Amino acid sequence: MTETRLPRWAGLVALPIVNILAALLLSGLLVAAIGADPWQALLVLLRGAFGYQEAIGFTLYYTTNFIFTGLAVAVAYHCGLFNIGGEGQATLGGLGVGLVCLYADALPFYLVLPLALIASTAFGAAWAVVPGILQARRGSHVVITTIMFNFIASTLMVYLLTHVLIRPGQMSPESREFLPHTFLPFAHQALAWLGIPFARSPLNLSFFLALLASVFVWGFVWHTRWGYELRVVGANPQAALYAGISPQRNIVLAMAISGALAGLLGVNEIMGVNHRLLLNFTAGYGFVGIAVSLMGRSHPVGIVLSSLLFGALYQGGAELAFEVPRVSREIVVVIQGLVILFAGALEFLFLPLLRPFVKAA
Amino acid sequence: MSNPLPLWGGVGEGAGEFRLRRMVQDAPDLIPGVKHTPAQAALGEGVDVIPPAIELRHIDKRFGAVHANRDVSLAVQAGTIHGIVGENGAGKSTLMSILYGFYQADRGEVLIRGVKKTIARPVQAIAAGIGMVFQHFKLVEPFTVLENIVLGVEGGKLIARALAHARGELARLARDYALEVDPDAVVATLSVGLQQRVEILKALYRGAEILILDEPTSVLTPQEADHLFRILGALKRQGKTVILITHKLREIMAITDRVTVMRRGEVVAERETRATTQEELAELMVGRKVLLQVSKGAARPGAARPGAGRLAVEDLSVVDASGVERVKNVSFTVRAGEIVGIAGVAGNGQSELMEAIAGIRRAAKGTVRISGGAAHGNARDLRRQGLAHVPEDRRRMGLVTAFAAHESAILGYHDDPAFTGPILLDRRAIVAHCAAQMRDFDVRPPDPHLASESFSGGNQQKMVLAREIGRDPEVLLVGQPTRGVDIGAIEYIHRRLIALRDAGKAVLLISVELDEIMSLADRILVMFDGRIVGEVQADKADERLLGLMMAGIDPRTPREAA
Repeated sequence: MTETRLPRWAGLVALPIVNILAALLLSGLLVAAIGADPWQALLVLLRGAFGYQEAIGFTLYYTTNFIFTGLAVAVAYHCGLFNIGGEGQATLGGLGVGLVCLYADALPFYLVLPLALIASTAFGAAWAVVPGILQARRGSHVVITTIMFNFIASTLMVYLLTHVLIRPGQMSPESREFLPHTFLPFAHQALAWLGIPFARSPLNLSFFLALLASVFVWGFVWHTRWGYELRVVGANPQAALYAGISPQRNIVLAMAISGALAGLLGVNEIMGVNHRLLLNFTAGYGFVGIAVSLMGRSHPVGIVLSSLLFGALYQGGAELAFEVPRVSREIVVVIQGLVILFAGALEFLFLPLLRPFVKAA
Repeated sequence: MSNPLPLWGGVGEGAGEFRLRRMVQDAPDLIPGVKHTPAQAALGEGVDVIPPAIELRHIDKRFGAVHANRDVSLAVQAGTIHGIVGENGAGKSTLMSILYGFYQADRGEVLIRGVKKTIARPVQAIAAGIGMVFQHFKLVEPFTVLENIVLGVEGGKLIARALAHARGELARLARDYALEVDPDAVVATLSVGLQQRVEILKALYRGAEILILDEPTSVLTPQEADHLFRILGALKRQGKTVILITHKLREIMAITDRVTVMRRGEVVAERETRATTQEELAELMVGRKVLLQVSKGAARPGAARPGAGRLAVEDLSVVDASGVERVKNVSFTVRAGEIVGIAGVAGNGQSELMEAIAGIRRAAKGTVRISGGAAHGNARDLRRQGLAHVPEDRRRMGLVTAFAAHESAILGYHDDPAFTGPILLDRRAIVAHCAAQMRDFDVRPPDPHLASESFSGGNQQKMVLAREIGRDPEVLLVGQPTRGVDIGAIEYIHRRLIALRDAGKAVLLISVELDEIMSLADRILVMFDGRIVGEVQADKADERLLGLMMAGIDPRTPREAA
């Protein structure tokens, strides 16, 4: 009578694959319409994402950012919240990392790293907790407040980088470069220590941090009583009250964790790649994180996989725009948009198509 | 209660019948085109020559693996009231949804007055003269009665003419069927009983000759239900056909001419109402013998701890979010070893009272004591003090429907050391605990990994009961323990509640089912408009007395309560 529920494999695997194929098919038609060869475009895209070491490095570097912001959206989602403030929280996280690297650089790396982690999560969390408290205590919707906090974060950074943290005698709004010993090692450096040669790329050790964060989210949300409470609040606030679980406390907690995860993006970008504080390093990763989380069904495994897809689209797409002249940068954005559209917004479009197979199974 | 009452409030029925008869005699020409079939003609001889108002032939419907209707054949004679009974999931609603065009049957045909019809959409059902009154009303609450009536049948671009026409029509219907409603009242301000009347008027205004009512009395007071039955009686006398879907066997006995019993998608029996009994119908519905009333010994309150009120509520008031006082200075005690029932029409403060005692809602003033100590804190703190709570709405509150059964099974007790270590939940212990509860309470299917929403209402309720009773509480609050629960499970749930009482626990029961209150409770408190208007010993209670008290009138005192 009501919608029959899909088995797990169908919802988690089959449906996303069908969605991606539909997006690629439509993209192919688009590419053909502008006079390029869609098959060639697909091959360029794939080779650009995975075809050689540098490409893989770039893909995984983007993936790292998407994992952080995707997890951030997912944790809030499990508490029934739609945190679209990943951009702002990541900006603040980066600020935290930057302050540690700028002002605690007298310390050795093994002290700078934990301090930077604490600062990035604390700053990100604090930036998300304020909307969280406003939601819990005053009912101000987090969708509104978090997006407003994105603007505040961005203007705060502009102020700090033009007036306070700017390297003296310089025009561009950036801090000085950090001391080299505070850099998070690149993957190619780390692999070189192990004697494995690898091409240079921005990929750094924060990729492992992202995987650790995924394991943490999985364990916390599904295997602790705090995660249980958070999910009860998200799934049924009335049942939470009935069970004596405070929705207010859990809303604030979920936003704090969500913001902390987004803040970790700053470790990758500031400590791992740019080695200085600068503007707009979040580059829209916070927003794409929403699509990543949607597509990954708010589950860490799904998020890692969809982050990989988006990482590949970013890197392969850049290559595609570079190599196939007819396919411009804008077309690549359209293709990425189509994937988000089919995987995120039109998630269940092909559900009726899938149902006969499910029944047979 | 075992012998069926002829009708609730015999006096009122007689008067209503008399008044109706007079109305029909006074103004027979007001109802053009309606045959004044005497009820007897429709029931007795001569039915064979008139085609049935509705005939369903070999209806078959599957939803995936669920065979909702199996080869169902059913004929409803014109000018009769036909009851359809069956447990949840027996296929009654599916069958009526097919008749009303929500679903298409896989096989079989529908005949209206002997003519085969295809009903693919509700519009076609309405055109064929079928009207449906849903359990959950489909009214636009901020609109007036009149606006609701013409909704969808305005018949032109300007509304004024339709409204004028409807006003005249409404006056006529009100006279003919005792369906008085103020046409200019805003629906949201009407009582549930009146809203239901608007639904019936809506159907009649669209020319319904056949009226289907789905569990129509579940939201009514006995007096309102009584009035509804008078309306149905009038409709029948005017030649309309009524199909009544209900699980209340007493209503079937009181008002219907024939009754069809469904079980697991099939028609298992059809009976002349006069020639059957509630016991027979119950047995046919469930497929085995059912005790309609669980026998219980006399309460021995205080036996476990003489004189101690296990639950004492003193001067409790609750103000809701919009500032309305929903519970007003309520005081009572529930002693160990007794069940106290709170009767009342839904929405008179019972839910708020219950939630305040359970720590879900903050009381504006007053105190609650559990086993003598002042109860304080949120629901979780109160659970630690020996209070368990089976909420009124298991789907809204008692379970997290999206969670697996074993996750719902620890709701409220999730920080019990049995279920969680210092950091991680002990999944294995939780699943084992849930499996044990499912065995103990005969939950089907006994699968702790199945989503809570996949269980039937009765099994969900058993899961909630298992969780709450399983903690061996000193005080149990129970709201609507058998709402939407199969008749077989009702018996089981009642027996568990009585067993808890006999174990020396205090049970506070809230139910809108008077039958349930009267058969379970040892003492009955009646709530009206946030106050307790009176207390009745269960053995001295009857429907009429409680019904009057539920309307705020205590006939034992000279002046009106409240």
